[in-house]
Amino acid sequence: MKTFLAILRRVGRRLLFSLPALLGVVVVTFVLMRVLPGDPAVFFAAGPSAGKAEIDELRHQMGLDKPMPVQLVRYLGDVATGNLGRSLTTGQPVVADMRARLPASLELTCTALVIALFLSIPLGVAAALRPGSPIDHGVRMLCTLGVCVPTFVSGLLLIYVFYYLLGWAPDPTARIDIFASTPPDITGFYLIDFALTGDWQGWWAAFTQLLLPAFTMALFVLAPLARMTRASMLAVLGSDFIRTANALGLKPLRIVVAYALRNALLPVLTITGIVFSTMLGANVLVEKVFSWPGVASYALDALLASDYAPVQAFVLLMATIFVLVNVLIDILYGVADPRVSVE
Amino acid sequence: MTAPLLQVEDLKVDFSTRNGIVRALHGIGFTLHAGETLGIVGESGSGKSVTSLAVMRLLDRAGRIAGGRVLFQGRDITRAAPGDLRSLRGAAMSMIFQNPRAALNPIRTVAQQIMDVLRAHRRIDAAEARQQALDLLKAVRIRDPERRMSAYPNELSGGMCQRVMIAMAIACEPALLIADEPTTGLDVTTQKVVMDLLAGLTAERGMAVILITHDLGLAARYCGAIAVMEQGRIVEQGPTEALFRDAQHPYTRRLIAASPTRRSTLADLAQGAPPVEPVSRPPPPPGTGPLLEVQKLVKLYSGTRAVDDVSFTISAGGSLGLVGESGSGKTTLSRMICRLIDADGGDVVFQGESIGHIPARDFHKAPQRRDVQIVFQDPTDSLNPRFTAFDSIAHPLRRLEGMRDGSALTARVTEAASRAGLEPALLGRFPHQLSGGQKARVGIARAVAPRPKLLLLDEPTAALDVSIQAVILQLLDRLRREDDLALLFVSHDLNVVRMMCDQMVVLQAGKIVEAGPSMRVFEAPGAEYTRTLLDAIPHFEPNAAPADRVDA
Repeated sequence: MKTFLAILRRVGRRLLFSLPALLGVVVVTFVLMRVLPGDPAVFFAAGPSAGKAEIDELRHQMGLDKPMPVQLVRYLGDVATGNLGRSLTTGQPVVADMRARLPASLELTCTALVIALFLSIPLGVAAALRPGSPIDHGVRMLCTLGVCVPTFVSGLLLIYVFYYLLGWAPDPTARIDIFASTPPDITGFYLIDFALTGDWQGWWAAFTQLLLPAFTMALFVLAPLARMTRASMLAVLGSDFIRTANALGLKPLRIVVAYALRNALLPVLTITGIVFSTMLGANVLVEKVFSWPGVASYALDALLASDYAPVQAFVLLMATIFVLVNVLIDILYGVADPRVSVE
Repeated sequence: MTAPLLQVEDLKVDFSTRNGIVRALHGIGFTLHAGETLGIVGESGSGKSVTSLAVMRLLDRAGRIAGGRVLFQGRDITRAAPGDLRSLRGAAMSMIFQNPRAALNPIRTVAQQIMDVLRAHRRIDAAEARQQALDLLKAVRIRDPERRMSAYPNELSGGMCQRVMIAMAIACEPALLIADEPTTGLDVTTQKVVMDLLAGLTAERGMAVILITHDLGLAARYCGAIAVMEQGRIVEQGPTEALFRDAQHPYTRRLIAASPTRRSTLADLAQGAPPVEPVSRPPPPPGTGPLLEVQKLVKLYSGTRAVDDVSFTISAGGSLGLVGESGSGKTTLSRMICRLIDADGGDVVFQGESIGHIPARDFHKAPQRRDVQIVFQDPTDSLNPRFTAFDSIAHPLRRLEGMRDGSALTARVTEAASRAGLEPALLGRFPHQLSGGQKARVGIARAVAPRPKLLLLDEPTAALDVSIQAVILQLLDRLRREDDLALLFVSHDLNVVRMMCDQMVVLQAGKIVEAGPSMRVFEAPGAEYTRTLLDAIPHFEPNAAPADRVDA
């Protein structure tokens, strides 16, 4: 109970300290969007034939004729009250758009991360147990490939092999077959929603749909995770307490898992947090290749259309998630390593 | 006569390194019967740790047994399969290590780690293992064992970690226990307690012990027989008393001579070194105050008084030893005096001028920085690995005297190096190309280069072998005599302080418990704490029977 309270206090303090950073992010994005060339009023005027008066009218409606500081203050007020504006492309409030699309991105990213961890940790451990062996070199090559090949290439390759040649994968567009029914909107995560309603056929359809894009993303982050696991396993395997465990005749599996791996995972945890945030924000290529209705492709479309509100909201969202993930990693670190005091 | 427990015959070990194969052991042999204690002594690089690892078959990938054999309980284990070895290790032979905190898994509790060992060799359930673990903690006399069960190693002191390590090593009642420098890095009093405990426990259980140590006194006190190793060979072995009374091999004699004892003087330590010629110094002009005056220094660390109202003085050319156990505040105090950290109260007066009020971060600009120089504990870590010896020594001259590259700088560096006994040919080398003793000399040359008046030495020989320590101590003493250099010598080794310093200050928990001339403090300690410290030093009398040996 006492530790729980201490953790809670720590989380609260961390969140409080991250507010200035978030404010900074909001301001910088806002300014950046105004500095970029392109005038949304021109873009959204009725057509190329729209006259100057019409554009000016639109600009006035959007508040773009006011000086920038005034716009900023108004925007900050809006953000504080939870109003992130309205997307001009979709015509919906940005908050609603985000709510619809964020679960898609999160579902994809989380699945990809789980796949990446399940692949990279055993690979890293195997490489560290036999440094310089063919296994080690094989893992190194796989990692290099994963980093060098851009996700749109590996994604297309996977589609070509598993959809076109082998026909194992379903049609790689969107989250579910267009003719299949979507689950009732409970959490927005298809896998969870299908499971909650007990529709296991739908669940399987959504799951198979998810696998290709998730693997594409996982391949890309395999390298940092596997290499980090290998490096930190090597360091831990050389440490004194592993020698102690050997000297006292502990079983090899116990030494590798309970003694070495648990210690080696601490730095991997840090990297995982960073990788997760990167994946969520930078998976626009995967989303585009697989027509995945996620937040990243949404933000990219908005950016190309000089649609300020969604881009600003996207950046704010990513910054918030980054902060949350870091706090989470921090807590996990405190739980996993008794040397890190909870306070 | 029963068969010996352990028999090592003509054991040879090779290490493959970047420069080819290096032989670490050149055919060593010894025999150990059940219940006996054997001390293996030698300096770093002599192969004593390799011996123990080879016996346990714990050599790392680069090491290989190239010849000879190890018989344990009559079985040749030199070529035993890994599975067989595992069932031996921990159950029949086990080992405890130097640096106990690192030897324990940082993220498992004490109870879990002891239970891991028990359950690796015995078919018992968790509750039973837990009970046995608790009994073991009681056996190693840890205070408050129930609470320590759920503690992590970082929550325990070094001494307690070593007790946990001992509990793990004796958990399955092995017949042989190898202790590799078990008390190096622990305080003398802790060392005594831990070694007494170890000797008692092993005697009770009839275990044979191999004690590997660089400390002759420790081996003499706790071992029935001793083997002396030098460069991968056992040069001499025999019963402890006979060995010390009548050492045959010149290396053994040198080692015995270099080990400080109760009565040894600096001249005794390094026999054959040129005698120190007394330098006549003009008496200080009357009316001059002390060189350094420490006035009621206080340092607070999160509420506790790490240094509590400490005052003393050092005269020009004098020497003062600061003694105490870890946590006594001696390092904090020395850091305040050399103005690396700020005091929370009191003052430091150097040559009549207060330097205690110059903030530590600005002290490098003060003129007194040149006069107060420091030699740090670890000769390796305190040198920049990217600086050659020349650059390291020239650094203070460039920074403090603004010297530019040129013949003047070269002359000063060479002069400082020669005063520290460092050959000019070594000046172009990087730290990793120098031996421990040579690195210590670079550290000393760097400190004396700006011609300071006060030299602070923070455990300058703690990381060095005894024979090198002897030479370095003589060097420091010569510098003091010749250059009128005052020394403030921080050490946990009372024998060293007695030889080096006229005055001695004993610290405990930040307070001075005793101060006075070294000889007086040593001969007739006034404070109870000083007496405890003195009693804890494992000493040996080469010409007398070891009176207080713990008979195992």
